[in-house]
Amino acid sequence: MKEQIEEIRRKANEEITNVKDAKNLNELKVKYLGKKGELTAVLRGMGGLSQEERPVIGSLVNIVRDELESKIQEKEEAFKKQEMMEKLEKEKIDITLPSNKIKRGSKHPLNRIIEEVEDLFVSMGYDVVDGPELETDEYCFERLNLPQGHPARDMQDSFYVTPEYLLRTQTSAVQAHVMMENEEKAPIRVICPGKVYRRDDDATHSHQFAQVEGLVIDKDISLAELKGTLEVFMRKMLGEDTNLRFRPSYFPFTEPSYEVDVTCFKCKRKRM
Amino acid sequence: MKLSTNFVKDYVDIDVDTKMLAEDMTKAGNEYETAENFINATNLIVGEVIECEMHPDSDHLHVCKVNVGEETLQIVCGAPNVRKGLKVIVALPGAVLPGDFKIKPGKIRGVESNGMLCAIAELGLDSKFLKPEDKEGIHELPENAEVGEDPIKLMQMDDSVIDFELTANRGDLLSILGMAHEISAIYDKQVKPIDLLHKETNDDINNTFKVQVNTKNCNIFLAKRVENVVIKESPTFIKNRLMASGIRPINNVVDISNYVMLEVGQPLHYYDADTLNGMLEVRMAQDGEKLTTLDEIERTLSSEDIVISNGEKAIGLAGVMGGLETEITENTKNIIIESAIFDPVKVRKTSKEILRSEASTRFEKGLDPNRTYMAIERSCNLLEKYADATIVGGLVKYDISDLSDKKIDITFEKINKVLGLEVPQEAVLDVFRRLGFTYEQEGEIVHVSVPKRRIDISIAEDLIEEVGRIYGVDNIEGRLPKLPLKQGSYNKTLRQIRNKMIDLGLNETLSYILVNDKEAVRYTKDNFEPIKLLDPMTEERNTLRYSMIPSLVKIYEYNKARSQKDVSIFEIGKGFYKKEEKYGEDLKLCALIAGEHTLGLKPEKSSFYDIKGIAEEILDYLGYNGRYSFVIKDELPQEFHPYQTALISVNNDILGIIGKLHPEMQKEDVYVLEINLSKLLEKKTGKMKYKEISKFPVVRKDLAVIVQKDVNSEEIAKQIKKLAGSMLLSSKVFDIYTGTGIEENKKSIAYSLEFGAQDRTLTDEEINTILEKIIVGLEKSGVQIRK
Repeated sequence: MKEQIEEIRRKANEEITNVKDAKNLNELKVKYLGKKGELTAVLRGMGGLSQEERPVIGSLVNIVRDELESKIQEKEEAFKKQEMMEKLEKEKIDITLPSNKIKRGSKHPLNRIIEEVEDLFVSMGYDVVDGPELETDEYCFERLNLPQGHPARDMQDSFYVTPEYLLRTQTSAVQAHVMMENEEKAPIRVICPGKVYRRDDDATHSHQFAQVEGLVIDKDISLAELKGTLEVFMRKMLGEDTNLRFRPSYFPFTEPSYEVDVTCFKCKRKRM
Repeated sequence: MKLSTNFVKDYVDIDVDTKMLAEDMTKAGNEYETAENFINATNLIVGEVIECEMHPDSDHLHVCKVNVGEETLQIVCGAPNVRKGLKVIVALPGAVLPGDFKIKPGKIRGVESNGMLCAIAELGLDSKFLKPEDKEGIHELPENAEVGEDPIKLMQMDDSVIDFELTANRGDLLSILGMAHEISAIYDKQVKPIDLLHKETNDDINNTFKVQVNTKNCNIFLAKRVENVVIKESPTFIKNRLMASGIRPINNVVDISNYVMLEVGQPLHYYDADTLNGMLEVRMAQDGEKLTTLDEIERTLSSEDIVISNGEKAIGLAGVMGGLETEITENTKNIIIESAIFDPVKVRKTSKEILRSEASTRFEKGLDPNRTYMAIERSCNLLEKYADATIVGGLVKYDISDLSDKKIDITFEKINKVLGLEVPQEAVLDVFRRLGFTYEQEGEIVHVSVPKRRIDISIAEDLIEEVGRIYGVDNIEGRLPKLPLKQGSYNKTLRQIRNKMIDLGLNETLSYILVNDKEAVRYTKDNFEPIKLLDPMTEERNTLRYSMIPSLVKIYEYNKARSQKDVSIFEIGKGFYKKEEKYGEDLKLCALIAGEHTLGLKPEKSSFYDIKGIAEEILDYLGYNGRYSFVIKDELPQEFHPYQTALISVNNDILGIIGKLHPEMQKEDVYVLEINLSKLLEKKTGKMKYKEISKFPVVRKDLAVIVQKDVNSEEIAKQIKKLAGSMLLSSKVFDIYTGTGIEENKKSIAYSLEFGAQDRTLTDEEINTILEKIIVGLEKSGVQIRK
């Protein structure tokens, strides 16, 4: 009987080692370890054995069973792993194909800049104010020291809708509103970004464009404070190494008046 | 203003080159456009043609041997007037002529040619200055020209010109004298006196000539008589300086009037005295009055124009242009010189309507009455010298102008407080001295006398600017204002809306507010008057938009025309209107989607429900949840699809529209939204409330109803909500069905209902009771339940 068990052991080991797939493995499991399996059959036949032989054979059968079971389990896991690998391989994709584009909306570049300017000045305590774009001649010109017939009106050829109303040519109109509405309320710190309109249109001029106006009213402020403020502004917008220069100029509503030149943001310092 | 540096050097010494002068003037506030030589050509030399043969291979070219001093060059020349013995301008090999035209040795039709013989036009002289002979051939130099000399110098054209872009206030710089004062202030030089000397007869013009001023628009009017002028060509320096200043020389008398205008800044008019009746009158024109001006154009005048009359009719347009009838001709013998100042605003108006001239430009900016006298005397001086004139004694004079200096007081402290500098007292006074202002110091106060020529200076701040200009503001150290700390404010809501729209996947646009008048009334049924421009640049942009939809549609069409059919855009901007004689503007939000939109992860074909979703998202986000609804009206703007459009009502006011554009407007499916933000943001919003997710299970039940096809799903949903009470957490339409099993004119709407309670698990019994209530209620109102 012992030989018979050893023979089963040898055969089973050989077959398990050579089995090719999970299905055949399962058949082997049934063939040797199943209820009607060969090893089980040996156990059943133990009835005819002597009292001394019985524990010896029984223990041998158990050893062989454990051995085969673990072998089969090992083999099963290998097959599972292989099966998963095959499945994953089938799912292989071309990762170089284009993605599903996640499109976001976008802010208009001009508004991005305006928001940047607003944020800077708000952080310095300025209020952002707006005024009408369809403005009266009074606020756009008269109150800014540009009476009818003033030659400086030429600089700002305008879109009138009546002799009294026009599309504002400058955000300075808002200054006049702010001052009228806030008399006696100094100090005043405001900026007025907005659209303005002038009657010219060529390759370098659009009839509609944007301006930012700033107004500070207080005691003890001078051109030095104006320059300092503009330096902060220009450096924020154009880079820390930007320098600026005042050049005397003429605006009817400011005295003294200056144009501001800044160092070129591209070539830096080489040119104003 | 084109400044001839030779001209201004008559009055001030300049030690720097032209470019430097231009830069220094810019630093003082006078910007320039160009600064270059009057004749912009190099390597020119005077040569003599010593041999001139026909080109063997041409019927018009000549092969010349030209002596240029050190050598003799062979040059092929095509000019008909080239001949042996002629003194010519030779551009040597290596010369660069205007237009970057480089002269190189080469072969012309096989014959070697080393240089070029030049016509005057080839030296860059403006075509309006060319005489007929200049256009026909090369320039012929005088016989006594010395070979090897610089021809530019020989022709007295070795001048340089700075073209200034002056600010509107500096009318005084429209004169050589004004420029001389400015330059002398910058470099601390003396201005040299102008030569006004001349002899006068013992007669008095007042015996034979009268002036009447019958308008308040003329403060000073002077007339002087000059006799026996000889009309001829002007001396070279006058011609050259006029050309450098952009004025065409005509004859000595006309040229002198222009020369004095350039020099002194006072426009003059010379009349042929024999065409006048012994008098001149200044008055306003009559409406419809006719006058033929010097340029031989008949002008129709209005009562806003100032004219000069001979007592009978207008003979000159004051400050703008003289009349043809009384002009100086080749036969003129005797002259009346007019020197006057007319109201700047009136001249400006006339010149804007009729003609801008060198004269009107100067009148418009205002003039110094002292110069009015100076101009007469300078005329006499030059006419005597260069037109052999006899100057008649006396001056006809109408003068109610103020000739005295302006007195302005200022303190040193004020100057430094405004400039943010610490300019020493001596430096301040030095600036005034250099500018030619006289002053008296009285402790802290300086009494400054500003000559009339500086019409731009009238208040203390003007003087501060002068100090800054001449002393220099380069030294100002920037510093930040010492102001109390505070957080500034800005319109947060607007930014939130913008960011929300971007988050939804829409791209922001920025469009022109000017549209075509036909477009301006489209896409709306609102009652308003469109606002048209009085003077549009183009018909395409002649009206202010009311709705922003035309602007966005334009952008869509632009994209579509360039094969970009998927468009998702929005804009926040203004719409303008006139209502009951009042002008107004509202802030609006407009969005447009077409083609495949990108509101979700995957592109999807746009539909009405997408644009509705955008509207809901924005309104919910701003806090109007439960306060708005989409209403259907029969009366919709005709540009919209009549059955895929709804109006947005917030707290019972119509504030916007969503819908599909009418297929007649757009072939493709285009959906738009417009909300009047100005009006919306005035409306009350709901408060945000925190709501916990129920800890107890939620039960879902489906319910399908059969209704008439034109019944809106929302109506049924409202009924269900009312019947169900607070246990109904939500209801959603998940299917609309027509077809088999449903009658022809009916449809089935399936709702998915969610029930639950915050404090317990609902029992089957409870839910069934509610469902039963809904079904009974619906059936009672005639709604059929689909089983």
